[in-house]
Amino acid sequence: MNDRLDKGLSGFIRKIREAWDLQPLLVPLGAILLSFIVGGVLIAMIGVNPFEAYWALLRGMFGSWDRVAGSIARSVPFMGSALALAFAFRAGLFNIGAEGQLLVGGITAAWVGTLTFMYHTPSVIAIPIILIAGAVGGYVWGWIPGVLRARTGAHEVITTIMLNSIALFGVRWLVNSRDPQILRDLTASVPRTKAISPTAVLPTIVDSQPNLHMGLFVMIAVCIVVAFVLRRTTFGFETITVGTNPNAALYAGINVNRIIILAMALSGAFAGIAAASEVSGTNQFFQPGTFAFIGFDGIAIALLARANPIAIIPASLLWGSLLAGAPLMQLEAGVSIDVVRIIQSMVLLFVAADAIVRYVFHIRGEAGHQMESVATEEAES
Amino acid sequence: MTVVDGPVPVLDVRGVTKTFPGVIANEDIDLTLNQGEIHCLLGENGAGKSTLVNVIFGLYKPDKGTVKVRGEEVKFAGVGEAIEHGIGMVHQHFQLIPVFTVAENVILGDELTNGPFLSMNEARRRIRELEEQYGLIVDPDAKVGDLSVGEQQRVELVKALFREADILILDEPTAVLTPGEVDDFFAVVRSLVDQGKSIIFITHKLREVLAVADRITVLRNGRIAGTADPATATQQSLANLMVGRDVVFQVDKGEAHPGEVALRVEDLSVEDERSVMTVNGFSAEVRAGEIFGIAGVEGNGQRELVEAITGMRRKAGGTVEILGHNATKLTPRKIAELGTAHIPEDRNKHGLVGSYSVADNMVLNKYSQAPFARRWVRNTSAVHDEAEELVEQFDIRTPSVDVPIDTLSGGNQQKVIVARELTGDVDLLIVAQPTRGLDVGSIEYIHQQIIDRRDRGAAVLLVSAELDEILSLSDRIGVLYRGRLVGVFDGADATREELGYLMATGSTPDTEEVAS
Ligand SMILES: Nc1ncnc2c1ncn2[C@@H]1O[C@H](COP(=O)(O)OP(=O)(O)OP(=O)(O)O)[C@@H](O)[C@H]1O
Ligand SMILES: [Mg+2]
Repeated sequence: MNDRLDKGLSGFIRKIREAWDLQPLLVPLGAILLSFIVGGVLIAMIGVNPFEAYWALLRGMFGSWDRVAGSIARSVPFMGSALALAFAFRAGLFNIGAEGQLLVGGITAAWVGTLTFMYHTPSVIAIPIILIAGAVGGYVWGWIPGVLRARTGAHEVITTIMLNSIALFGVRWLVNSRDPQILRDLTASVPRTKAISPTAVLPTIVDSQPNLHMGLFVMIAVCIVVAFVLRRTTFGFETITVGTNPNAALYAGINVNRIIILAMALSGAFAGIAAASEVSGTNQFFQPGTFAFIGFDGIAIALLARANPIAIIPASLLWGSLLAGAPLMQLEAGVSIDVVRIIQSMVLLFVAADAIVRYVFHIRGEAGHQMESVATEEAES
Repeated sequence: MTVVDGPVPVLDVRGVTKTFPGVIANEDIDLTLNQGEIHCLLGENGAGKSTLVNVIFGLYKPDKGTVKVRGEEVKFAGVGEAIEHGIGMVHQHFQLIPVFTVAENVILGDELTNGPFLSMNEARRRIRELEEQYGLIVDPDAKVGDLSVGEQQRVELVKALFREADILILDEPTAVLTPGEVDDFFAVVRSLVDQGKSIIFITHKLREVLAVADRITVLRNGRIAGTADPATATQQSLANLMVGRDVVFQVDKGEAHPGEVALRVEDLSVEDERSVMTVNGFSAEVRAGEIFGIAGVEGNGQRELVEAITGMRRKAGGTVEILGHNATKLTPRKIAELGTAHIPEDRNKHGLVGSYSVADNMVLNKYSQAPFARRWVRNTSAVHDEAEELVEQFDIRTPSVDVPIDTLSGGNQQKVIVARELTGDVDLLIVAQPTRGLDVGSIEYIHQQIIDRRDRGAAVLLVSAELDEILSLSDRIGVLYRGRLVGVFDGADATREELGYLMATGSTPDTEEVAS
């Protein structure tokens, strides 16, 4: 009796400790800090006071409620594109096709959103439909490289790059073509689709620049669900097993090919949902240019978050806020937006080369034996 | 303390303590190694042998204690410094790059100390020299991936000697060798000590210890349990010192009561990765309640045979029938669901996921079944409880079931697999090298478990490179040679000599014709 209590108690204490274990955060935070220091040096070199520049950047990000909302709004699509990399990554796959999966998801959502029946469908049904349409589009675009990998062994890095191009030029053609007119809205001055049914529009929360809409909650929910799936479901266990030791997965009776295909397809679906939420909540139509680089930035964000679906939420918020704040820095301090891009790239560089960050900030190896984990690999038995 | 004219210690370990979270791997260990001697380190799985030699080799920093090399106290910051001090180590798992040649592997890492320009000719010349000096026969231009395990081991030795090591640490070097390779290996070891090298040698095979050791130290639970003199020690006395109780070497095994055929393999052929037909026309039957042992020199198709039967590898031809079902085209999952358990040959490759906890590894093949999952959702507390129970039952040494399994000692990792596969209903048990790297106590236990399963009516297919294991467990013995059975014996009648000859040549002494 007492024994059980003891055990329960120690388990509880352990859980609290784990919850407060900030170790895994140290490297990403250190990397961010270090990047800003190096960025500051760069800014100083062009003769601008880096503190002034950063102050402008900070106000650009969070200087007013509207700016806060705008920053968050910029971040929302990144959650989906980062998940697209992270989920596949956990299955041992490197999905760099989020760019294409967003485009296909987005155009599918826009196409479905402009179907005649959608105009008489109430929002409670129309919104889920448009989100699912985006997910299906992305799913298909992820499924293709998954099947190619599982059945023919074609490497997903190469196939997803190609599929990115196919998607880009494909949607451009669909949206640009006037004769035959396919999806282009001929009345609009720029190449874009018609506006989707007003009933399929995700409600706006704050009318900021860009507007913050309910897509935020959709994407946060997706992140949480994915985290749960990975941590607690048998499918998640299978996915991570395939990603860590495919031979053991085969031995354990896991259908490795099925997992590879599903992981790629679902990854695509996450990007697709994000695209649908943008189409539905931000623009109300589809325009290919709005998705440029969101997929590639997703790669960086996912790595910064170490492929952890929950950590993707703050990482995306940081990424989107920086992009949202940069214009004010350019306006007030005359420091180009590109500097923010450079800082972002450096963050990733430092996360990848975490030894530098550990050295500068004297961060010990993870759980105290990172250095030794290298050793154990070499020293089995 | 030092006696004039006495043996010269080249290595002196004093009071070394090394702890990991939750485990004291080494506690207050003293060890000396004299010039030109072979010092054997014995101990149960998890006793701390690897940890101790890793401390000596600079892979781990000791919490307490000192290491002196030739009288000079050292504190290695890494392996590089240990190598500079003339220490070389051959790990149980080789650290070679398969696509490189022997010479390339040997100079790998050395380019740092000897400038960026690798002189391949110079390397070849030195490898040839070592070959002559110690009888280490290797072809410098062979690709490592094409070499046998025994040859790869020689490459590891050459690598250490190339860097002018004169203190050599060998961590379970013989665990993966065939009997013939073991003899060659010991010939090399003897010529090394004859020429003044000093060797720390870890093994679980007591016969080897008695044959080569100058001195024996036994570890138990991280402490020195005692030392033994090879002249007076016996296998029994060493085993007792290791385990701390009497060990029975001869498993007691009652009569087999064979029943229905549980596994029927007919004319099976299987290709390996290089599309070589390594299993070629293999046919055999295993009945419920019997142990069918497959003896053979490693590389005669054992691996492909087991993988094909368990559904992990495509079959090029033939049929497999398991417990009355045609299993030729079934997936590993379906085959397992028929009532098959499988202890794989390569625990790190197939049997375990190194970064997973002990608990998750315990349910690796039943994570989706009740009570470990309810529909889609895993029940981690049921997994945890199951693991704790099995850890207790199989005496697995681990600080908790939540630590990553790759922090366990090699032997304890193997016990996790055995525990997992031997729980639940098993009608057909397929075991490959079940006791590789295990200590005598654990071998005794696992053998008993296998016999127990047989007595409860399971059919057992045992594949092992240890002839002793085959002989002591099997009710019937088949000899595998170039992918097919070249002889089947009654377990009680078979002799080492007879089997050994057949394993090596594929034919019995009186029949001149060689099966091919
Ligand atoms: N890197 C590590 N982290 C945590 N615990 C470890 C680590 N390495 C070893 N241990 C623990 O230290 C103990 C001693 O392990 P060690 O590998 O030295 O045993 P061993 O005597 O070599 O056993 P075996 O014969 O099975 O190889 C074990 O209980 C093991 O779980
Ligand atoms: Mg060991």
